[in-house]
Amino acid sequence: MRKLPLTVAVLALAAAACGGNTTPEPAQSGGGTTAAAKPLDGVKIEVAAKWTGDEQANFEKVLKAFQAKTGATVTYASTGEDTGAYLGPRIEGGNPPDVAILPQPGLVQQYADQKALKPLSPEVQAQIDQNYTPYWKELGSVGGQVYGVLVKAAHKSLIWYRQTAFDDAGAQPATSWDDLIGKTAQTLADSGTAPFALCGASGWTLTDLFENVYLSSAGPENYDKLAKHEIPWTDPSVATALTKMGQIFGKKEFVLGGASGALQTDFPTCATQVYGQKKAAMVIEADFVAVTAAESGAKVGEEAKIMPFPKAGDTDPVILGGDTAVVLKDSKGAQALLEFLASKEGGEVWAKQPGYLSPNRNVSPDNYPDELTKQLAQTIISAGESVRYDMSDLAPSAFGGTDGKGEWKDLQDFLRNPSDVKGAQEKLEADAAKAFTK
Amino acid sequence: MTERLNGPQAPGDDIPAAGATSGPIETRSAPAPATRVDSSTPHRLGPSPRMAVFFLLPAVLLLGAWVVYPIIYSIFRSLFDSTGDRFVGLGNYGSIFTDSATLTTIRNNVIWVVVAPLIVTVLGLIFAVLTERIRWATAFKLILFMPMAVSLLAAGVIFRLVYEQDPDKGVANAVITAVHDTFSSSAGYPGARPRENDQAPAAVQGGAVVTKQQVQAGQPVLIPLVGLSPDVVKDAAPAKAAPAGGVSGTVWLDVVRGGGGTLNQIDPQEKGLAGITVEAVAGGAVKGTAETTADGSFHFAGLPAGSYVVRLPQSNFQAPFNGITWLGPGLITPAIIGAYIWVWAGFAMVLIAAGLSAIPRDALEAARIDGATEWQVFRRITVPLLTPVLLVVFVTMIINVLKVFDLVFIIAPGSVQPQANVIALEMWRVSFGGGGNQGMGSALAIFLLVLVLPFMIFNIRRFRRDER
Repeated sequence: MRKLPLTVAVLALAAAACGGNTTPEPAQSGGGTTAAAKPLDGVKIEVAAKWTGDEQANFEKVLKAFQAKTGATVTYASTGEDTGAYLGPRIEGGNPPDVAILPQPGLVQQYADQKALKPLSPEVQAQIDQNYTPYWKELGSVGGQVYGVLVKAAHKSLIWYRQTAFDDAGAQPATSWDDLIGKTAQTLADSGTAPFALCGASGWTLTDLFENVYLSSAGPENYDKLAKHEIPWTDPSVATALTKMGQIFGKKEFVLGGASGALQTDFPTCATQVYGQKKAAMVIEADFVAVTAAESGAKVGEEAKIMPFPKAGDTDPVILGGDTAVVLKDSKGAQALLEFLASKEGGEVWAKQPGYLSPNRNVSPDNYPDELTKQLAQTIISAGESVRYDMSDLAPSAFGGTDGKGEWKDLQDFLRNPSDVKGAQEKLEADAAKAFTK
Repeated sequence: MTERLNGPQAPGDDIPAAGATSGPIETRSAPAPATRVDSSTPHRLGPSPRMAVFFLLPAVLLLGAWVVYPIIYSIFRSLFDSTGDRFVGLGNYGSIFTDSATLTTIRNNVIWVVVAPLIVTVLGLIFAVLTERIRWATAFKLILFMPMAVSLLAAGVIFRLVYEQDPDKGVANAVITAVHDTFSSSAGYPGARPRENDQAPAAVQGGAVVTKQQVQAGQPVLIPLVGLSPDVVKDAAPAKAAPAGGVSGTVWLDVVRGGGGTLNQIDPQEKGLAGITVEAVAGGAVKGTAETTADGSFHFAGLPAGSYVVRLPQSNFQAPFNGITWLGPGLITPAIIGAYIWVWAGFAMVLIAAGLSAIPRDALEAARIDGATEWQVFRRITVPLLTPVLLVVFVTMIINVLKVFDLVFIIAPGSVQPQANVIALEMWRVSFGGGGNQGMGSALAIFLLVLVLPFMIFNIRRFRRDER
């Protein structure tokens, strides 16, 4: 299975290298027939996002709906895993795509500072006001100017588990962190199944874990402060969270392959280890694990189940990630596409595809194809303002979003050596200080 | 590789491009003043200066656009910060030598430069000399040269799989574990351990499982173990309590599928662990040894009365040898260098073999007739005569190694990339791969250029000398 993500990465790399307009074909079908009535006839829009495979196909269905509605021709370009690396040179070279969908709001800030983004038109902002809570609008804004709109959300406060492993061990889903470590994980380990498969090679899975523990144990106010680097990473609240993570990292029978094995395992291999190879019982990651679980032959909702991330303190953590759409070129088509993506109509087209969760509060949960997504959508909508956005994605990408650097690297080092909480905090603080002053 | 020898080549204007790059610069510039002197006379030999400029123009333009301008702009850009607005002077260069991550890349580059070119050249020499003497030399050379046909990216993907930790997937570890297992087989129950709570009758001490209480004759000891899947011992006999009499007891897997069962007591579904070595220890010395039977029970024969501690030595729980962590932080650079050697050794061999075929045979013959051994012929005749070729290969490899990028990028997993990082990769990461700091990236690029430059000059000088 290791082969698969690697080849995908290579293919994505190749695609990124070509800077390719990979999918020109759907243009004719929509454009030719009822051309006269459509407002954007003959307008060409290029949209770049990191999605490949099924996610790309699903998104292209949404683009198709947009093309059918407006007559514009939209081409999709895949940026590969590293959106910054793809867009950076294109912006620098004066040839950005019309619309880009950025995986981190940190990039919105970065590109806005570079003056590479165009402010959203009043029409798009009207859609945002109508369909989103103010929190999300703020997320897409830099310096009071609205640049981006969150079009796809990921629910990151979940633990996926394998029902058979739980049955075999007689383990129960946990409702608190202590329960998770002391009872659920211990019972699984005693039964000979590694409780956790960690994707240590993908640093962002570790930051997600940290954020859930931190939000839960330190509370939302501290979370916001740490996200803005208003309190240092040497704060005792960080020590508490790291110590709790160390309860997993430090026990070799809790982590499949031990720390060294986990550090060579990337996402989604860890999910495959749970559902495909059946070597471990739980994987702590977001809703999109469903794709891997299904590919591995585990039926989502029966064999592949979720539990909400257990409380490690006073707060029930709900953390979202998500992709923000921005406009990079002044064009009518680009603004129209964003207006469509932010609208109820566009959201509902997308919601019917598997593996999509909308942050749009007016997209009715009934549109989702499965029960699980309906639940997730409901929690996001009802949690409203108290939801927090993924902290590492809010940080400058040199700290929170770069492979082998900053928070990713420091948490990987912590996984390698979980007894050194203080050393990890100092490294995190040093890297954060460097990244936040730039 | 050819571009290293010929310099960047402009497609479609062969004459000027070949002249303007590497060796023949000297020969070109030499006739130029001569032409000017001659131009005063009506009968000159070369083309008119206008003609010369015309022919040079495409090469000058292309080189200007692709080589000169980027270098100058990079120098300029490296003096500014990430936004490109604020002048920072040599600040970026300063941070190359203060940032610990960048220092690691420099250290790695030093390792690369010291190790890789030497091994590649020596291996190439050995292959070249040996292939001269074997019958299927062409086939052998072809196979060794084959990796050159694979792109470095693909080679990286191949070696990422070769170095995979799991012996079922990674060839390197499959070989190593196969060899290891023929010499020492792993037996026992890796992962089995006592429960971690106060009620458990045994605990781990220094890798061995030891009973917490002293044990007397006549009281059977119970040593429940967990941490193994019941599937592992599916076919084992159910655990049974040992008959009383002497020091005896039972080692069994205290896990019931689906949970439940009485903790620390033998339940009917629970299986005995056969073949475990059990020691009776008193006062730190082993007084008796026994082995568990199929139902997990053991009995020490002929043990004097007294109180003992029962110990299951660590050898029972030895984890199977799982190969070497090639992709861990410790071995990652040597592992990638191994992949690099696989790719380039064939190339070195072909170049050296070409040089070898040009050596005058009579020198070798004469030495042999004079009674030199083969080693002496190799050491005193072949190698000195080959020195020019060996130097070219060696220096070319140094230049090549300084800018190594793809193999490191592909082979090193994200978590160990900081440990495997090299300057060229860091340059890309800083400027495009999320760092977004093209000032720093330019500084690294210029730093790399400065490192490569001496070797380039050396190579050009050599070519020039060869021309004369």
